[in-house]
Amino acid sequence: MHLTALSQLLLSQAAPAAPAAAPLAKAETTLGHPTFAAIGFFFLIVAVTLVITYFAAKKTRTSSEFYAAGRSVSALQNGFALAGDYMSAASFLGISGMVALKGYDGMIYATGWLVGWPALMFLIAEPLRNIGKFTFADVVASRLRQKPVRIASAVGGILTVLFYTIAQMVGSGALIQLMFGLKYEVAEMIVGAVMLAYVLFGGMLATTWVQIVKAVLLLIGVSFLTVLVLAKFGFNPGNLYSAVVNGAPNGLKYGQAALEPGGLVSNPIEAVSLGLALMFGLLGLPHILMRFYTVPDAKAARKSVLYATGLVGYFYLIIPIVGFGAAALIPGGRGFIASIDKGGNMASPLLAEQLAGAGFLGFIAAVAFATILAVVAGLTLAGASAYSHDIYVSVIKKGRASEDEQVRVAKIATVVFGVFAVGLGILFKGQNVAFMVGLAFAIAASANFPALLLSVVWKRFTTNGAVASIIVGALVSVVMILLSPTVWGEVFHHLGPDGKPVGIIPFKNPAIFSMAAAFLVGWVVSLLAPEESAQRAFETEKIRTYLGVGAE
Amino acid sequence: MAEPARSPSKEMRSHRSPHEILESADFKALVRKRWSVSTTLLVLLFGSYYGFILLVGTNKALVSTKIGEVTTLAIPLGVGVIVFAWILTALYVGWANKTYDPEVERLKAQIKN
Repeated sequence: MHLTALSQLLLSQAAPAAPAAAPLAKAETTLGHPTFAAIGFFFLIVAVTLVITYFAAKKTRTSSEFYAAGRSVSALQNGFALAGDYMSAASFLGISGMVALKGYDGMIYATGWLVGWPALMFLIAEPLRNIGKFTFADVVASRLRQKPVRIASAVGGILTVLFYTIAQMVGSGALIQLMFGLKYEVAEMIVGAVMLAYVLFGGMLATTWVQIVKAVLLLIGVSFLTVLVLAKFGFNPGNLYSAVVNGAPNGLKYGQAALEPGGLVSNPIEAVSLGLALMFGLLGLPHILMRFYTVPDAKAARKSVLYATGLVGYFYLIIPIVGFGAAALIPGGRGFIASIDKGGNMASPLLAEQLAGAGFLGFIAAVAFATILAVVAGLTLAGASAYSHDIYVSVIKKGRASEDEQVRVAKIATVVFGVFAVGLGILFKGQNVAFMVGLAFAIAASANFPALLLSVVWKRFTTNGAVASIIVGALVSVVMILLSPTVWGEVFHHLGPDGKPVGIIPFKNPAIFSMAAAFLVGWVVSLLAPEESAQRAFETEKIRTYLGVGAE
Repeated sequence: MAEPARSPSKEMRSHRSPHEILESADFKALVRKRWSVSTTLLVLLFGSYYGFILLVGTNKALVSTKIGEVTTLAIPLGVGVIVFAWILTALYVGWANKTYDPEVERLKAQIKN
């Protein structure tokens, strides 16, 4: 069977085992040595998702099918798919690792990842579904001059997706290397090839089902891990906390500080700014917003947000238990977890192995891989549609393109984006790209969200206002992050007298400034030169915005 | 134009043009209501989340208060923010299903073809 041949080929290129001997290490792990279970689960997931893609491909002929799954996705399915798109490997492995290593601070971070969902519901979910067709730029441009607004929105969208993709690809290469012992470049190419197969042949329908499969597997894996942890503490989280503080089964104790806030929110401006980026970044993520066009109407869009909020909320409620469990149960505790990966990313996989053996580790590793595949597939579809639908069809062809041509351009854009994703992933190998997730959220919150909201709620918003707001939001976030302690200091090695990284600007999180600038500029520029046609269209469009009359 | 308005009372008229709907008091009230409900919920969301962040950032002693053997006040507060956010979402859906949708259907049914 050629699958086996492929796996042997991959294994023969495997990098040396990742775990280095750490002074505190008392545990042994098969992490980095591909086990039969890990390979088996991985191929099972890939096989199932490719079968889904095969069936989805038969239903993917028109542009509406390619971009929006023919608007045939139910609210519950879309709820799972939204959750799947949002729960990245970074949030699964990263937050559990942060709780394992830093305790309560990881929990503060987890709350920020949830609170965008209600805001998405209250502000834009329904109008977005009613006004748009395939992308959020449809909404921003609906009553404004198409060309400038489409181009600006597409650039904002593509920048967001690109930075998010680079962060995902670099993280995934390293992760897969660590868990499967695969060579980094090989891992990148596998992710690229498999996700391209989903998107290219199965379009949004396949991508949706891949997200659903991934969300279900991830929730099952993390739930099982949580139950295993709680079983060790009489199903009482209080006992787990006591063990973490006073003495855990692995013989370590971390003291009361593990349950107290630490350095994450020591500066209130930074904390609120980070919160704004996390909350409103969600409302500007093109791959999330695009999902609302897969359901039949605004009512289904609304319900799908409720399901997604429930699933994502549940996920962030149980993740800290996994993190604390890892600190308390893995022999060697925090020291050992950090010796394998400095950021603590391997806390969950190590815990899985500790509690249920190499088979469960294999399952968790395969789920983490599936998570990356699914998120990158969603991002690729969003990136491709920003070019093919917003720029090519709407601007270059002025909306006059046949169905065949639209689908063909979308597929070409998909391949180009996929090749770029793999190329950038390899180019940035070993670089510190953690800031790119922050950058993606900052641009989403400051460039995409203000223009989107203003176009929905403010009658006097103009073409110039939208373009200026998007440009200013994107520029201010990019420049502030480049000059921040995170990039100027850590990435470009500018250290202060105390040896800590310093930036030209003292803030790490730009959103509070960049969002304010985007709203202010959008407002002032719109008032300077009123656009009467846009104001008239705003009134007539209300019947579509609020009643859904004429919605696609 | 067919069917000119015969009665000043909007309840008596079964069909209206899209323009008449847009200008009608009941449509305007519906839009106002939609935004007042969502802004109220948004304010509650802001209050709970940013209140939580600022409390944790500015009064570490208070949130480190033990409420159990070792459990600090910060833990139920964090859990509370997540649960409350979901409840707000559910409240909106409940309101929209019960109040908003029937009104939308009623107005849509009045639109002339």
